[in-house]
Amino acid sequence: MLKFALAGNPNSGKTTLFNALTGSTAHVGNWPGVTVDKREGVYRKLEEPVGIVDLPGIYSLSPYTPEEVVSRNYIIDEKPDCVINIVDATNLERNLYLTTQIMEIDVPIVVALNMIDAVKKAGDKIDIEKLEKEIGLPVVEISALRDEGIALLMERAYAAAKKPREGKTVLQDSMLSHVIDDVRIALKSKNVPSPLFHSVKLTEGDELEMSAHPEEVKMVEDFKNQCKGDVFEGDLEAMIADARYKYITAHYSTAITRTPNRAAAGSYKADKVLTHRIWGIPCFLVILFAMFHLSFGTDLLYLNTIAGWFNGGAGFARDIETGNELLNSFVAVFYSADGIATPGTMLFNLMGFVCDRIGEGIAAGLENVGAAAWAQGLVNDGIWSGLSGVLSFIPQILFLFLLISILEDSGYMARVAFILDRVFRKFGLSGRALIPMIMGFGCSVPAAINTRTLIDEKERIMTCRVIPFFTCGAKAPILAAVCGAIGSVYTGVNADLLVFALYVFGMVIAVLSVALMRQTTMRGEAAPFIMELPAYHLPQARNLMAHLWDKLKHYIKKAFTIIVASAIVIWFLSNFAWNWTMVGIEDSILYDIGSFVQWICTPMGFGLQLQGFGWVFVVAAVTGLIAKENVVATLYVLAYAIKAVVPEWDDGESGIGVVVALMQSTGITWQGLIAFTVFNMLTVPCLAAAATVRAETPKGKFRNTLAFWFITSFVTSSLLYCMLSWWWTVLIVAAAIAIVVAFFVLRNRGKIRFSRKNKKNAMNE
Amino acid sequence: MEKKLDEFAVGERGVVVRVEGEKKIRRRLFDMGVTPGTEVMLRKLAPLGDPVEINLRGYELTLRKSEASCVWMEVKHA
Repeated sequence: MLKFALAGNPNSGKTTLFNALTGSTAHVGNWPGVTVDKREGVYRKLEEPVGIVDLPGIYSLSPYTPEEVVSRNYIIDEKPDCVINIVDATNLERNLYLTTQIMEIDVPIVVALNMIDAVKKAGDKIDIEKLEKEIGLPVVEISALRDEGIALLMERAYAAAKKPREGKTVLQDSMLSHVIDDVRIALKSKNVPSPLFHSVKLTEGDELEMSAHPEEVKMVEDFKNQCKGDVFEGDLEAMIADARYKYITAHYSTAITRTPNRAAAGSYKADKVLTHRIWGIPCFLVILFAMFHLSFGTDLLYLNTIAGWFNGGAGFARDIETGNELLNSFVAVFYSADGIATPGTMLFNLMGFVCDRIGEGIAAGLENVGAAAWAQGLVNDGIWSGLSGVLSFIPQILFLFLLISILEDSGYMARVAFILDRVFRKFGLSGRALIPMIMGFGCSVPAAINTRTLIDEKERIMTCRVIPFFTCGAKAPILAAVCGAIGSVYTGVNADLLVFALYVFGMVIAVLSVALMRQTTMRGEAAPFIMELPAYHLPQARNLMAHLWDKLKHYIKKAFTIIVASAIVIWFLSNFAWNWTMVGIEDSILYDIGSFVQWICTPMGFGLQLQGFGWVFVVAAVTGLIAKENVVATLYVLAYAIKAVVPEWDDGESGIGVVVALMQSTGITWQGLIAFTVFNMLTVPCLAAAATVRAETPKGKFRNTLAFWFITSFVTSSLLYCMLSWWWTVLIVAAAIAIVVAFFVLRNRGKIRFSRKNKKNAMNE
Repeated sequence: MEKKLDEFAVGERGVVVRVEGEKKIRRRLFDMGVTPGTEVMLRKLAPLGDPVEINLRGYELTLRKSEASCVWMEVKHA
């Protein structure tokens, strides 16, 4: 099968073209560099099917970013039959810069001039024939968005693929042409493929090339010494980049006739508000809040609450009584005493409703066929409860994802990085790290996937590690149950405020952890921040849907593999004793494990001081590994197992009554409960999230990540427990923090030399 | 008059004279079209004063002040 590769700048519509060609599932975003993976598909409208490979969006073939290295290695080593170079016609100069580099490789190329409709709309004209003559490559006008010109593009690419093509350079008229030619001839005599490309890269002083062709380096060095005196002071890399752009301005840019009214005017207007010096940040906060409200709120636009202000307390919303229980729970999907559900909550309720019915169906079915008790338990409480825990969350998370994709595709996310970079740099991150962190409030899984858009590897690892500290939707019920219980036991405690404080606490720990990692294991400056602010445009439904479908597949795969497997393991541990007989959880292997390790939890307030009841909380935390919403469910099971008296007002779901009951029967203090919640927030996230983090971080780093989660959660909740229980421990903790901070400050100023490495650094300075 | 890009005021225009700084950053600036002779306009500052947004070659680019300080400019008088 023939293979065509798509290459082009980020935001040039490359992924839209890929989706149009392959009808497949690649995602398009407005983040420069969102496609780090190689995506493949098949185009079937030619005489024979053609494989299409989507290369990452790149601005250049420099050796500095992984995307660029991947792309150039692919074109040179895998030898596609044709490269389709997609060029954003509204931004011709910068896009053609990449073209001048690709054309140096011995490979057939077709230039796809995309967004030609936007150029025409702005009143500009491009002389295609002239451009084609100047570039010396076939040029085809297309609109990937509107499916225009694509058939022609593919026909010309197909024709081009039949003929071998030798590399050409725009540098032939520059003062570098001699050295490039000499090196090219030397490489050609050694049968190096694409000698021209390698010759130019060697001249640039490209590190990857210099180690591959050491003999030719000297030729370049000699030349370099000759031009010490000129403007570039022997900086050949600068000379080459300059020569390329000069050539583009002189030869290609003349093909375009511009009317003074530029296309970006609309974006400029929108940015007058969205990145305004004063209004920029408030606008962002409002958008962020609206996004979360629409995904997770239970009272649409706070209509019910606002109505309550005028009514003196009670809003208009009521639970609707229809006389039929099934119908009642169906109506409650959309409308309850809380108010009208927001779209995200509606999806969540609906999926929960469906899952409940399926669960009932499975249970009844097993009962009818007379399955053994253990089999019923395995399917109902093990497999299905693990699966439905994840399934019921998926529509809601996908909805949040849809909103975030809209912001990404429209170009707004790049502005968010622009607005907030200053804040994030203080902690050693770049502004773009904010996006995955915010997504963490929804679900850590898509958030961890999103860290791919971060260029710096250290930044990616750190972000992945702290994402779970942004309390996700599945952890929220733990906070609600614990805070609700504390609020109902102690008068004067506002449960909502306490929940909010815990959310903020998680974020503070995330920031502190990043700062600490930057000082210890992940030393270094924040990555450079030189980023395009793409023009705003309306997101395309096809791309959004392709993106969502991609995520959905990811979830389903995780749900049916790792989650089912781990659910079975934990179900087994909590239902069987060591002698392989089925028992209640209070006699199970998990109980023994919990009792055995509960002493470790003593500093966190749910260990030995609970007189043998510490295991309850240990076991709950362990079951949280499958999915964090299991924690509250386990507390219910265990409360009955230890015969705690759950108050009658408990609704059997929120966990508030159960936690109150556990406070009475296990003797856990409110400080211990807070520490327990914080432990669950900061420790190893659910298995789906942990597996995703593992996949998104470099090999060998995951063990340290696990250790980081354990240590952070243990230390933080222990300290918190001590500080809340004995006020004077605050002084000790404050003193310890002061010493650590002072140490890092002094070390960074070179006053303290700790290790040999630091000594060396200090000497270099 | 020559000055660095990070010293530009909002709305000020100029032409790039030379680009200094670490190899990696310099190359990235070149790749994005910040090459000698390019006309650049400082569009705006971020709400917290840094990074800056510049307009060049018909598109918008954002970079930090620390990176903008690598770019020497010849100020163009309107």
